[in-house]
Amino acid sequence: MPTMSTQTPTPPAPITGATDAVPRLNIQGLGRDFITRSGTTHAVSGVDLSIQRGEFVALIGRSGCGKTTLLRMIGGLLAPTAGTIEVDGNNLWRGTTVDESAITKLGFVFQESNLFPWLSVLDNIALPMKLRGASKRDRRARASELADLVGLGGFEKSYPRELSGGMRQRAAIARSLSTEPDLLLMDEPFGALDALTRERMNLELQRIVLETTSTVVFVTHDIPEAVFLADRVVHMTPRPGRVRQVLPVVEPKPRTVNSMTTPEFNDIVRNLRHDIDEEN
Amino acid sequence: MSRQKVMRVLPWVVTPVLVVAIVVIWQLVVSVGQVNPFLFPPPGAVGEKFMGLFVAPDIWSHTLTTLSEILIGFAIAVVTGVVVGVLLGKLPWLEASVRPLIVITQVAPKVAFIPLFVIWFGFGITSKIWLSALLAFFPIMLNMLLGVRSVEQGQREVMKSLNATRWQTLLQLEMRSVQPYLFAGMEVGIVLATTGAIVGEYIAGSQGLGFLVVSSMNQLDAALTFALILWLSLLGLVLYLVVNELKRFFIPWHESVYGLRETMA
Repeated sequence: MPTMSTQTPTPPAPITGATDAVPRLNIQGLGRDFITRSGTTHAVSGVDLSIQRGEFVALIGRSGCGKTTLLRMIGGLLAPTAGTIEVDGNNLWRGTTVDESAITKLGFVFQESNLFPWLSVLDNIALPMKLRGASKRDRRARASELADLVGLGGFEKSYPRELSGGMRQRAAIARSLSTEPDLLLMDEPFGALDALTRERMNLELQRIVLETTSTVVFVTHDIPEAVFLADRVVHMTPRPGRVRQVLPVVEPKPRTVNSMTTPEFNDIVRNLRHDIDEEN
Repeated sequence: MSRQKVMRVLPWVVTPVLVVAIVVIWQLVVSVGQVNPFLFPPPGAVGEKFMGLFVAPDIWSHTLTTLSEILIGFAIAVVTGVVVGVLLGKLPWLEASVRPLIVITQVAPKVAFIPLFVIWFGFGITSKIWLSALLAFFPIMLNMLLGVRSVEQGQREVMKSLNATRWQTLLQLEMRSVQPYLFAGMEVGIVLATTGAIVGEYIAGSQGLGFLVVSSMNQLDAALTFALILWLSLLGLVLYLVVNELKRFFIPWHESVYGLRETMA
């Protein structure tokens, strides 16, 4: 197996599901219909997907392919109309209500940072812990650690309006990590950032994910971003929203900016782009 | 000097200059224009009357009466305005069913209610408190209603993804993001509460500053009327500044506070 980069030391072995038979996330026959005036829309239909611990999975596809709908169902924000979602073997949905013990294992990062403007960076990061009744002392300690982890050390007392878009998204990522989620769900978290900031955020996210050994489902419509970050890229197609193919990206981590210029990387990107173009 | 510095210094320079200019023009109009000083007293006479106000001990008891009416009425308006505004904001069916009534009450000239309030509550301070409260209630209630409905959807989803209870969402999100709307309502409300108390005293008063204004009018003492209006304006200004200061204290993060600070700084 050729490595994409010769500059980086041997990466730590990713934690995969080898030691555990129960996948972190197991999706069976998942579907979501929306009933509108013009009829029923199958936003997501018959999705099967299993994600192991420590895996980074990117969902990619054109607008309307159901990737965000799928992620919102996994995140407990939208009830499925068919199929099941299991987190560590526990059912997330019971009809249209979420199972409390399952949803507390999740962390969600939105396209907008959705920080609370009246809270400092530190208090924003600590909000999930506050809701769970952690003591002020524990919250502060953990939130400052996370601020350092995402590169916001020194900005703990700042308010969101004083931060750049990239910094706000870092704070949102830190907030989602504060409860040590077993599964991190990210809905185009860097979609609103400029290309250069986005590239840097991708490197940062990779570092954070490797440091925290998180399992991630990452929605994006940016092909190089998906290939750069993911262990597997799930390509979805619209009407109805289905999984068309699952592409493994076997290059070792951490990947660097140079990884994006290697022939192997470009081959995967080109093939994926070709497949997405072929949809029409 | 930089543009920002000019912006900061400007009001402190221009305001005194304008005040002096107004006083000078006023004096000129009176002395050159041969205006009857009984109808339009010169600034000096008004100043004399104004200082004289505080020699008589009963100015303070009248001031206290008016201030109590304003503050109690305003407090009632804040409490009821917040409760009703939140209820209507959270319960669309309730809002839809009482909306016609609200519109009718809102467009009705509320000072027209004062004779009714006098019949119900007498000539004392109670009738003025209710007029103050009625006037200040609407801006506060309507702003709260708007505020409750204006909570950002993305922030709601954050609370939902964190499995927050309804109570937590109310305390940590809704009650916080509604605060700028509450203060916007209160800034209008305190001015209207002041108006309510004074108009109440004009129409049916035996005490308070509004009553003093009417007495001075009946004595054809225009200089005293001017002096009392000046005193009332100063009180109104202080009340407004108190509310404004509360806003700066409670919502330093909001654009209406920091935005101003940044243009001034």
